[in-house]
Amino acid sequence: MSILIDKKTRLLVQGITGGEGSFHTQRCIEYGTRVVAGVTPGKGGSETLGVPVFNTVEAAVEETGTNASLIFVPAAFAADAILEAADAGIPLVVCITEGIPILDMVMVHNYLKDKSTRLIGPNCPGLISPGKCKAGLMAGEIHLPGNVGVVSRSGTLTYETVAQLTSLGIGQSTCVGIGGDPLPGSTFVDILELFQKDKDTRAIVLIGEIGGTAEQEAAKFIKEKMTKPVVAFVAGATAPPGRRMGHAGAIISGSSGRAQDKIAALAAAGATIAPSPAEIGTTMKKMLEAQS
Amino acid sequence: MKIHEYQAKALLSEFGIPVPKGAVATTPAEAKRIAAELGGKVAIKAQVYAGGRGKAGGIKVANTPDEAEKLAGQIIGTRLVTHQTAPEGVPVSNVLVEKAVSVQRELYLSIIIDTASRMPVMMASEAGGMDIEEVARVSPEKILKVYIDPAVGFQAFQGRKLAYGMNLSPIQIRPATSLMANLHKLFQAKDCSLAEINPLVVTADGEILALDAKLSFDDNALFRHTDIERLHDVEQEDPLEVKANELGVKNYIKMDGNIGCMVNGAGLAMAVMDLITQAGGRPANFLDIGTVNNTDRVVAAFKVFTTDPSVKAILVNIFGGITRVDVIAQGVVEAHKQMDIRLPLVVRLAGTNVDEGKRILAQSKIKFIEATNFYDAARKAVAAAKGERN
Repeated sequence: MSILIDKKTRLLVQGITGGEGSFHTQRCIEYGTRVVAGVTPGKGGSETLGVPVFNTVEAAVEETGTNASLIFVPAAFAADAILEAADAGIPLVVCITEGIPILDMVMVHNYLKDKSTRLIGPNCPGLISPGKCKAGLMAGEIHLPGNVGVVSRSGTLTYETVAQLTSLGIGQSTCVGIGGDPLPGSTFVDILELFQKDKDTRAIVLIGEIGGTAEQEAAKFIKEKMTKPVVAFVAGATAPPGRRMGHAGAIISGSSGRAQDKIAALAAAGATIAPSPAEIGTTMKKMLEAQS
Repeated sequence: MKIHEYQAKALLSEFGIPVPKGAVATTPAEAKRIAAELGGKVAIKAQVYAGGRGKAGGIKVANTPDEAEKLAGQIIGTRLVTHQTAPEGVPVSNVLVEKAVSVQRELYLSIIIDTASRMPVMMASEAGGMDIEEVARVSPEKILKVYIDPAVGFQAFQGRKLAYGMNLSPIQIRPATSLMANLHKLFQAKDCSLAEINPLVVTADGEILALDAKLSFDDNALFRHTDIERLHDVEQEDPLEVKANELGVKNYIKMDGNIGCMVNGAGLAMAVMDLITQAGGRPANFLDIGTVNNTDRVVAAFKVFTTDPSVKAILVNIFGGITRVDVIAQGVVEAHKQMDIRLPLVVRLAGTNVDEGKRILAQSKIKFIEATNFYDAARKAVAAAKGERN
């Protein structure tokens, strides 16, 4: 098994005819993902990369039975694209687009509250269930099917981590990039919950970074709800202190945005902390060996 | 993006929020003229982006127009150092000359996006002023919060809740509530990331007005607010960061080390900085090169590195995903064609189109040190910056 995407995923790509959209659609298809439809308003009725293109998501759902959408729409129009996918009832929406105004995302979250759609991203690399399905930007060949789940706020640091795991022979069940935006569609907690339920995930790597309180919320969940072991790394211990936003930011989050506070919270919750980003794979290997 | 206090107050005014009478001056003579027009006691306030002005001597009170001229002369053209600035401080080109207000109470009011509830939160406190963060830490119950549902917007009952909560007198409830509604309108209309009035004061006459104001804007939304974008004062920022931004290199932050770093992805960029530090070096900058579709931004980043006198080695660490490694490699080659770059260069490439990227670099005549992984890259860059051979 895996979480969120697998061989049954029938992927739609919104913005399939754009430069990035078509490049990465091609690579998803090469990896073995079933891309069943694309949407670009105005290009309905055409075909690209062997995939039928529709004007609306609704039409794509009716014609192809797509059950997941990958969004490459420019930032100014991306919120609209997410809403369109949710309105059409697509259960999983992965938004790659970076730079979406935060107030647009406030509106999106408000709309999604009463919908069954799960959003991953925005500003994320997407996700992959190795050997089954890739709905994202990651290089497929660095992955290996297996039993470690990966969840991360950072795209490229996830690639580093996966490359370390694979080189040590540790395969992955699903790797999820939840994205670096302040209002992600899915949080660490959402994804940890899915990994905890997934029979084929034995252990999890969590990669956080400075800013916000997402790692502390993850720590609380790990402590209270998780039985599977977690290896964690938090990037930014040596980063410059964040640019302050008046007093309001500090009032809301206190000092919790710092790497050391996040690391302390995760360690206290029972996660094993990787001492450096170069040692995430070896930390997981040691932990798995100690368990078996 | 930040703006100056006088610009923030102009926006508040436009949205119906009372502010003290005043105007901005760029010369002492102008300050004198404004003080004379206002009459009586005035405050002279240095216009800088950094906070902590009051404690740093950036705010002075003048009793006469002549004194206003003299005090403005002591501030304009100097550099102000506060606990939020670099040691060299920030330049002061303008002062805001404002009619002094006799203050009865200092309150606090702000709007920010609350990431937990995923909606704007308005915060208010009757313990406004310079120590508001301490208040939040020691007695969080003194910070009142209302969450603004995006479907219905800010409601009058929420305003009353905060206004009564701050123990305003009955006659002040209505103006306070309308002030709050207007602040929310401004926050929403201009895509603010922060709208903060601290202090919000009750004057001796019982009037409520914004004595100081801080507005920041969502950089991602500036495309629909060209009026706001024009207010940006580059003098308030690090010159290398300004240059980087002008060249199209957006996520660049100057740091105090000597290794110029080009990395894709903010998390990976921070991890590389962590590794450099672990290897005994210091990064000269944080740089997330972002999604690269052509070579321009790579060349621009090299221009920034070569402009920065502290850079002694360059580290390129790219793990391609949406960014294609071959495009980065072409950019590195192009930069060396356009510029005479003699700094040692450490390159580590992986991910999307890595083979093509490595081929491009290998076939170029550029001298570079190849690294096999990012720790290796950090280690080699630290050695190169120290002048050691790898």
